[in-house]
Amino acid sequence: MRFYEFESRRIVERAGIPVTKYGFCKTADEARRSATEIGGPTVIKSQVLTGGRMKAGGVKFADTPDQAAEYADEILQLEIAGHLPVGVLVDPKAEVEQEYYAAVLWDGRAKRPMLLFSDMGGIDIEAVAEEHPDHVGRAHISNLHPIFDFEAKQAVARCGMTGSELGRASRILAALAHLQRDYDMTLAEINPVARLTDGSFVALDAHMEMEDEAVGRHRKFLESIGVDLAEPREMYQPSEFERNVKAIDAADHRGVIQGKDHGFHGNLGLVIGAGGGSLTLTDAVRSQGGKPANYAEIGGNPSVAKSCGLAKQVLQKEGVDKIAVMMSIVSNTRVDIVARGVIKACLELGKDPGETIAIFRIPGAWEDEGYKILDHYGVEYCDRSVSMWEAAGRAVAKVQGGAA
Amino acid sequence: MSERHAIFINIEIDPAIAADAAIAAKLAEVCPVDIFSATDSTIALVPENLDECVLCNLCVDAAPPGGVKIIKLYE
Repeated sequence: MRFYEFESRRIVERAGIPVTKYGFCKTADEARRSATEIGGPTVIKSQVLTGGRMKAGGVKFADTPDQAAEYADEILQLEIAGHLPVGVLVDPKAEVEQEYYAAVLWDGRAKRPMLLFSDMGGIDIEAVAEEHPDHVGRAHISNLHPIFDFEAKQAVARCGMTGSELGRASRILAALAHLQRDYDMTLAEINPVARLTDGSFVALDAHMEMEDEAVGRHRKFLESIGVDLAEPREMYQPSEFERNVKAIDAADHRGVIQGKDHGFHGNLGLVIGAGGGSLTLTDAVRSQGGKPANYAEIGGNPSVAKSCGLAKQVLQKEGVDKIAVMMSIVSNTRVDIVARGVIKACLELGKDPGETIAIFRIPGAWEDEGYKILDHYGVEYCDRSVSMWEAAGRAVAKVQGGAA
Repeated sequence: MSERHAIFINIEIDPAIAADAAIAAKLAEVCPVDIFSATDSTIALVPENLDECVLCNLCVDAAPPGGVKIIKLYE
C-alpha cells in the first residue's frame, strides 16, 4: 500500500522523527491559513500517488500566504498522469545546509531489512549508488533480534560522517528501522533528510509503502492518521486491458487471473502463472531477448471461460503476434481446462491455435487430457522435462521468427 | 469472432429420460458447472456451459445406464 506524502509525513512524525511544520489542505483557503501559520516562504505540493510532480507543475514555491492560496487553487485542479490530487501539502521553504538520504527497505535477496544512508540526498539514490558508491552506506539488520542503534550508526558512518552529525543522523535512521518493522513497511524512505542552518536534522519528504497483507493488522493506526482504506491506490490509471481482465476475474469465482500491461509493449503475449512462475517466466522471456506484451497470473483452477477471457484480452492487445502459455508445475489448476480456454480464445478470434500459441508448457493435474486437446489443434507443448527457461526460449524464437 | 459453444465437449441425453422430471432435477443438481437445466420437468442443456465440463461423470452416474454420454470432441 502506497501512501501520499502527507500521510508518510504523519507516519514519520509518529515514529519520533523530526519534521518541519506542515499542513495538508484541501482548499485554497486552508492553504492560505497553513502558509500564514508556517510563516515565510512555502512550498505547495500536489498530493498524488505518482511521480513527476515538479515537471508537471504540481510543486510551486510561494512567497506569501496569498500566493500559496493561488498556487494551491491551481494545483488542486491539475491532473498529473491521470490523477487529480487529494489535496496539497504546504511546507516551509526550509533553509537547508545539506541534504541526506535515509531508507529502510526489504531486501528480497537477503530476506532481511536493509538500512541505506547517503550524504548525497535529494536526488535519485540509484544514480548516487552507481556513480558515488562510497557515498552510500548499507547494513542489513535481523528480522528477529532487536534493532540496535549501533547498526544504524555503522551504516551512516560508512558515508564518512562523524561527530554530532553522525549521532543525529543515526538516530533518524534507527527510528526509521523501528518504523519499518513496527508497521510492516516494504519501503520506508526519507529523501531528503535535511540538516538545517541551525544544525538540526529534519525529514523534508518521505515515501512509505506498507505490505498489502499487513494493512488489516494496522487498520487502527492507519485510521488514526487519516488514511481512507476504501480508496483505491493505484500508481497509475489501469489500462483497458487491466480493467477488462479484472472484470473477467470478478465475474467468475473459479480460479484467479490478473493482468498488467503498464510499461509492456512487446509482441509476445503471456498467459502464465503458478507459484512464482509468472515472475520467473517473464524474466526468462526477457533474458532471452523476448518482448512481453503483458504480465499475467493465472491459477487456482480457473474455468474455461476465465482462461479464455484472459487469453482473448492478451491476444487482442496491439502488437501481439503470439502467446506463450506457461506455468511451473500445477497441482491446483487443471491443464486441460486451461488448454481449452486458450484454444477457445484463438478460435473465437478467428486465429489458428497451432500458429498463435507459441508454446504450451503447463505440467500438472490432468496434463494427459490437456495434451490430447493440444494435439488435436496442433499446438506445440512440452512437459516438465523441459525447463521453464527452455520453454520461454522456444516461445521467443518462434515469435521472432515471424508473426502468426 | 462470435462466441462458439461446445468446441470440446458435447453431451448426449437419451430421449427416453429427457422428460423424466426426477432425473432432470438430479442432473441439474449434481453437475458442478451447470450444464443441465431442469425446466418444465424436462432436462435441457446449457450450451455455453458445455465446454466447462470437468469430466467428473457425476451426470453419467446420476442417470440410468447409457442415459447420459459425455463426448470429447477432440478425440
